[in-house]
Amino acid sequence: MKVLLRNPRREIEIVGRRRVHALLAELGLAREGHLVIRNGTLVPGDGELDADDEIEIRPVVSGG
Amino acid sequence: MTKSKSVRSSPEADVVKCRTCREPAIIDLPRHNANFCAEHFQELCRRQVRKAIDDFEMFAPDDRILVAVSGGKDSLAAWDLLVELGYRADGLYIGLGIGEYSHESEGFARSFAEQRGLDLRVISLPGDHGFDVPTAARATGRVPCSACGMSKRHLFDQAARDDGYDVVVTGHNLDDEAAVLFGNSLRWDVEYLARQLPVLPARDGFPKKAKPLVRLSEREMAAWCVVRGIDYIVDECPMAAGNKHLGYKEALNSIEEKSPGTKASYYLGFLERMAPLLAGVHQSAVAALSRCISCGSPTGSQGEERCAFCRLADRASKLDPVPVEMVMKKSPSRRRASKGAPR
Repeated sequence: MKVLLRNPRREIEIVGRRRVHALLAELGLAREGHLVIRNGTLVPGDGELDADDEIEIRPVVSGG
Repeated sequence: MTKSKSVRSSPEADVVKCRTCREPAIIDLPRHNANFCAEHFQELCRRQVRKAIDDFEMFAPDDRILVAVSGGKDSLAAWDLLVELGYRADGLYIGLGIGEYSHESEGFARSFAEQRGLDLRVISLPGDHGFDVPTAARATGRVPCSACGMSKRHLFDQAARDDGYDVVVTGHNLDDEAAVLFGNSLRWDVEYLARQLPVLPARDGFPKKAKPLVRLSEREMAAWCVVRGIDYIVDECPMAAGNKHLGYKEALNSIEEKSPGTKASYYLGFLERMAPLLAGVHQSAVAALSRCISCGSPTGSQGEERCAFCRLADRASKLDPVPVEMVMKKSPSRRRASKGAPR
């Protein structure tokens, strides 16, 4: 799946399916500090992401 | 070698369900030990804001509210929620002159207001007052957040006073307040702790201030914006790098991950059980105020005829403008840090 990360903006490729919380843990990202968005819709922690999904992992700390 | 057999449950069983209606969920909220669909997540947010407004007597139904809008998730969510709940709320955006970041932020604030037919007033620090935040940081020799926060407080207060608003609302959320509380507790700064309240009453020319998002987390506010289709500036302010409150938030989030609900019990427990004990300190810390001879704002600056903002504007507007990158490159440790004053 294609994963868009922010601050700084970059894209990475992850092979295979993942649950949201497993993907965040794999990337070393705190669940409390991030949202996972697929096609403009939030995906909960136990939600499953498909291998061909395009997702954004958005940090929730933003602004000034 | 034995190959393990992959057993998958049915697609139906895989769907995470809303605690309230059993429809597919869009967000997990560990502190509530529950998942919610978009509709019931919004209901929870509205309920929490309603409770904060009522519990802390933030404003009356017919009060005129001025929302301090930054173009970020919290201030836009606060404005959206207040309008949803039926309040009369206008917005004020202050352009801080932080390069592209300020241009983008203003664009998000303007789009939000235009799409909803809401009133947004815009003040430009460079255009209206002759200086920007990077140059103010150079003038003060302190972290940019110090001059930025002071300028915003001054201009929001002035606008509310001049235009007859009853209250200024800011988008400080639970994580913001818990991080400030953490910083003030680490220093045992009793005076700041005593003033760290979700409502500050109007006094001596300062307008009433209220923070209706204090019962909702940073993650919940970002989720509110996604669910509601609100575009906001996702990037961090380039001036905020090294800001110690970001470090406090990370520390609190690492505790929250292991023990969901910690941030809420820490901050809301402070308000319920500790803040009443500090009320006397708050009263005694109220300094005698005079009027700034330049702008007429109340000022507590001892031995000064002019308020801190007017003195800063004087000094900063005489300097050559400092590029954003110059301030970003400067190590935070070389600057004097600002104290964790309640915002």
